[in-house]
This record gives sequence, structure tokens and C-alpha cells, in this order.
Amino acid sequence: MINWLHPGLLLIFGALLVPFLKGRVKQGYLVLLPSAAFVNLVLTAPGRYGVVHFLGQELVFGRVDRLSLIFGYVFTLMAAIGMVYALHVKEDRQHLAALVYVGASLGVVFAGDYFSLFIFWEMMAFSSVFLIWSQKWKEAAGAGFRYILVHTFGGVALLGGIVLIAVTQGSITFGPNHASGLAFWLILIGFILNAAVPPLHAWLADAYPEATVTGAVFLCAFTTKTAVYVLVRAFSGTEILIYLGVAMALYGVIYAVLENDIRRLLAYHIISQVGYMVAGVGIGTEMAQNGSVAHAFSHILYKALLFMGAGAVIYATGRRKLTELGGLYKTMPITLTLYMIGGFSISAFPLFSGFVSKSMVVAAGAEQHLPGVVLLLTLASSGTFLHTGLKLPYYIFFGKDAGIQAKEPPLNMLIGMGLAAFLCIAIGLFPDLLYRYLPYPVHFHPYTGDHVVGALSILLFTALGFFLLLKQLDPEPTISLDTDWFYRIGGRKFLWLADHPIAAYEGFVSEMYRTMVIRPMKRVVLLCRRFDVEVIDGAVNAVGRGVFGGGWLSNVFENYIIYGFINLLGYANHVGARIFRRLQTGSVHNYAMIIIIGFFILVNIYILFKDRFPSFMLVVK
Amino acid sequence: MRLERVLENPEQVKKLRRIFYVTLALLVGIDFFIHREHAIFFWDSIPGFSALFGFISCVLIIIVSKVIGHAGLMKREDYYDLPAEGEVEDGTAHVRGARHD
Repeated sequence: MINWLHPGLLLIFGALLVPFLKGRVKQGYLVLLPSAAFVNLVLTAPGRYGVVHFLGQELVFGRVDRLSLIFGYVFTLMAAIGMVYALHVKEDRQHLAALVYVGASLGVVFAGDYFSLFIFWEMMAFSSVFLIWSQKWKEAAGAGFRYILVHTFGGVALLGGIVLIAVTQGSITFGPNHASGLAFWLILIGFILNAAVPPLHAWLADAYPEATVTGAVFLCAFTTKTAVYVLVRAFSGTEILIYLGVAMALYGVIYAVLENDIRRLLAYHIISQVGYMVAGVGIGTEMAQNGSVAHAFSHILYKALLFMGAGAVIYATGRRKLTELGGLYKTMPITLTLYMIGGFSISAFPLFSGFVSKSMVVAAGAEQHLPGVVLLLTLASSGTFLHTGLKLPYYIFFGKDAGIQAKEPPLNMLIGMGLAAFLCIAIGLFPDLLYRYLPYPVHFHPYTGDHVVGALSILLFTALGFFLLLKQLDPEPTISLDTDWFYRIGGRKFLWLADHPIAAYEGFVSEMYRTMVIRPMKRVVLLCRRFDVEVIDGAVNAVGRGVFGGGWLSNVFENYIIYGFINLLGYANHVGARIFRRLQTGSVHNYAMIIIIGFFILVNIYILFKDRFPSFMLVVK
Repeated sequence: MRLERVLENPEQVKKLRRIFYVTLALLVGIDFFIHREHAIFFWDSIPGFSALFGFISCVLIIIVSKVIGHAGLMKREDYYDLPAEGEVEDGTAHVRGARHD
């Protein structure tokens, strides 16, 4: 702990200082903090740091190896670039949320045990949601709540799996997953929910486009990529991930065709791109893992660049829909140029970063002789260029001029985009810059003649298809149903159920109770009273008068003994009834609670006494 | 600006288009002579396969997605703001199903 400064904790605790700084000092601090974390990581040697013993378990906060280091590098780099882009933002809470979010992602990456991993995992969800809630438009609040609820579900699944592993294996070391059955699936569900694998992906396309302009840049980089990291770490070679990954890659492409919101279109392409990484994890060879990690690295940079470009358009125009945009190339040429660098990178054009990373995953699939995987991933990459490289820029910057008086965004936003664009090109030109930090030695050369010609053919003939079918692609002012329908409309239906049938049921039960229990009881009480007045009193009087003849003794006996006894009974009955009336409210949830409390007490009694009085207990061992 | 002058001029646009077509033809032409280092699958050695595959992929993606979209996935923008079925007792409850055309 002493000889290593945890970059995540540096950001999380460093963030606390932000509200106390002002002006230029604050701006400098915001960029310096993640930069310091980056330099700190560059100077860190692989090893195990920050080992803490807690409740009989060994917690490792700093498992530093090649796999965690490369994610650490790109996370801190991205945080610095994102902060440059966000410098003009005045709200401290956005900066705080972003720094804590990045810090928590770093916490996950360097966690060597499931316990600390889980803590940082939850911290990520609960800090990042503020980047959504800081957006002013009305959809953001609901999207944020759905985001946090879905992540809570994933977190609970993950926690369940962790508890099962802790109980069955006695160790919570986070490494290749050897669990089986329920524990395996629960942890996998927790992980792939954050990787946005369908059908657990809708939170991403739902929430990211609702975040603030600068918040979305952070969001698009960290959550899915920490998920890729934990999948590489724990689930390499899990065959189902190949199919899920390929399905993801295509799913995102199909939805991107239909999408009208510019950042939602990009969000669907996150799903598509993370599909390549998930498929690489499923293939599981050294080359495939390298491919997944390399693609995560370049994806973080170019996707952030694309989100920065789309964010700049929203910032400058206040519009977010393709149908309302067009012709911006005249007023925002710098944004267009920088955006296109991101577009060429994600499309895997030669000389751009996607080319040297995406092809690695596809080549790993070819090496394992998976023809279906190779063809479908190639098809999806055609779709990537179609949308992010052609459709989106065409309808934002060219197309029909929407006549918007826009101007370029502030300088800091352009510098942030420039930094990301620089790295995209640098990695594309000199892939060894990236390859040398990958977890395994790289024996892959992207720039061969056939590969370059093949990639260019696919991309340019995609462009041909685009221009021929341009009319078909005109954006439509619609939204597309996705799996979030089930909890958006389904949730409402559930509420309706609670309001109507369940309330009706409660009314029915109360009514039944009134007619079946309370009324007969009243009748019985009335009968008892009549019996008391007419029969018993009469008998007592008769006995008193007849036998003792109105003597003094009889009076005493009658007043103090018989009446006293009857009064006592009556009084006890009265008190008892008052107590019971309070219990009988007639509302179902009170009864349910009494039943639960009673059950709880019974279980406790059973546990307390089962050893002492074994013969009393119904349950026989 | 130069880009603006090019794009607003039909002559120049026509010229750009011609350059594009020539590039496409060149790519397919080169593919016949290129040395193939990794021919793993049979299609890797067919000249022009990538070009055809790229074009077909693009067309397929557009058509299949639009068909799926118009089959019921695409809804009007206020879809989630409308009351859910059953929430409104009168006939307007089925507005949700209406598609925007």
C-alpha cells in the first residue's frame, strides 16, 4: 500500500478537492489529476499491491499485471481527454461524478478479489448516474432511474454469484472462473449486463443519449470496457460468448439503421463494437484475447471522439435528431473533420486505429476456423461504416440544409476531440505502440496487401450501396422498441395491476371478512347478552328471591359474588375485544405482516428449543 | 470555403462521383493480382469477393433492418408518454399501436 498509489483512489479522493477550487486552478487540476494517475501507472511495475486482510479474506486492491495495466493506461488517458472536453462545464457535481466514476472503473480493473471488485462495481453505477441526471431535459430523470435500477439488478446477480463462490470455494480471489452451475451464471449475468449483451443491453441505448454532452463521453468509455476486462479475466474461452458477441455486433447495426437520435445511433454502435470484444473473449485464444483488449483500447478513444463530435453538434445547435439537422459542414468544418477521423477509425479504414484492432478479433476467428463468425463480423463492420461513417455525418453535416445558425464549439471541446483524433491516427499508423502493451506477444501484421485491399473493397462498396439506396435511408422521426419495453410498459402494467386487481382483491377480502366474521360475531354477542339478561339474571333473581326470601345474605351474595363474577367476565371480555379489534384492521398487508412476524417467532422458538425438547418438535431429523 | 464550392457545383460533384467509380474498379482490378498471405477459407482466394460481400452486406442490412423496423419496432416518438393499455377506459387506449407514417 505504501509503495503504490492506487490510481482509482487517487481520482476518487482527488475529486473531493474539486469544489474548493476556482477558475483556472480548477481547470488545471481537473486535467492534471487523471494525467497524474496515468504517469503513476506508467511508473508502476507489475506486482501485487494493497493487500488487506478483512473478515478472514484476503482483499487485493492492486493486482497489477499486463492485462490490468493496459486498461489502466487507456482509462486514465481517456479521463484526461474527457476532462479537457468538459472544462467549460461549471457544475461541480458533473466533474465529481466523472472522476469518481473513472476512479471506480480503475478500482475494478485493479481488484484482485471479488469483494473489492463488487464495491467498485457498484460505485461505478451510482456515480455515473449523476452524469445522466445532470442533463436538463425531462427524459433524463426517468432514463437515469431505469439505468440505476437495471444496474442494481446486475449488481445483485453478481453479488449472489460471489456469495455462492465464497461459500462453496472458500476463496474470493478474482481470476479465471472455475465455478459451475448457478454461481457461474449469476456472475456471467452480472458481467454481461454491464457489457450490454442483448437482451440485457437496453439500459445503454436508453440512458447514454440522455446524459449531458460531456457526461456521455465518459459514460461511453468505461462501463462496457470494464465489463470486457472482467470477461477477459474470468470467462476467456466460454463458448456461448462467441455467439452472444456475434449477435450483439449485428443487433447494434440493425437498430442503428432505424435510429433517429444521433447519440442513440452511436450507442447502438457501442453494443455492436463491444460484440467484437465479447466474441474475442469467447474464442479465447491468446490472439483473440489480445484482439479484444486492443479493440477495447482503440474503441474507447474513437467512440469517445464520435460522442464528442455528436455532443458538439448538440451543444452548438440544441438539436439531437437527424431529421432536424443537416448542412452543418459550412459552419462546423473542424467538428466534421475530427468526427470523420472517429468515423474512419470505427469503420476500420486502413491507417486508422480500428483497422489494427478489429481485424485481430476477426483473424483470431479465422484461425480457429469459425467461418460463420468471420462472415457475420465482416458483415457487421460493413454496417458500422454505413452508419457512423456515412449515414450520420451525411445527415448531420450534408444532406438537406436545415438552415441552422451554428458555430464551432468552445476551444477546449475541440482540443479534447483533437487529442482523441491524434491517438486514433497514431495507433493506426504505428500499431506497435498499442501491440507492445497487449497481454500476450503479438504475431499479427495488419498491413498486408490482401488485408488492406480486402478491407478497402468492403468499405468502399458499402459506400456504393449507401449512395444507391440513399432514399431508403432517410431518417424517420420515430423511436424503436427495444427490450426496455418490458420494464417501461411492463412496469406500468404492473402498477396498473397493483392499482386495480390487487386493490379489488383487498376490498373483496375485507368485504368477505365483514359478512363472514364480524356480522355473525355481533349476532353471537347479541345472543349472549340476551341470554345474560333474560336467563342468567332471571335465574339468579329467582334463586335469590325464592331460596333466601329477600334476605340480606342473598343481596350480598347476589351483588358481590354473582354480579361481581359476571361483571368481571364482562370486563375481561370488553378489554380483550378492544385489543383484538386493533389487530383486526381488515387490511391484507397487516395480516400478511402478522403472519410473517408470527412465522418468524415460530422459527425462532423452534431454533431455541429444538435441542432442549426434541420430542415437542414436529420436524424429525 | 473550398469544400462548399465543390459540393454546390453539379459539375464538380459529377467529377467526384467519377473518381469514386474509378477507385472501385481499381480495387477490384488489384484484387486479381494481389498476393494472398492468409487464404484460410475458400472465399479468401476468389478475386473481388470482398467487394461483392461489402456491397451485399450493405444492401442486406438496410433492407432487413427497415423491414423489421416497419413490421412494428418503430413507433411514434411520444410512444412512452402515452397511457398504457388499460389505463384509459375509452377507445383511445389503442393509440399506442398506431404507427407513424
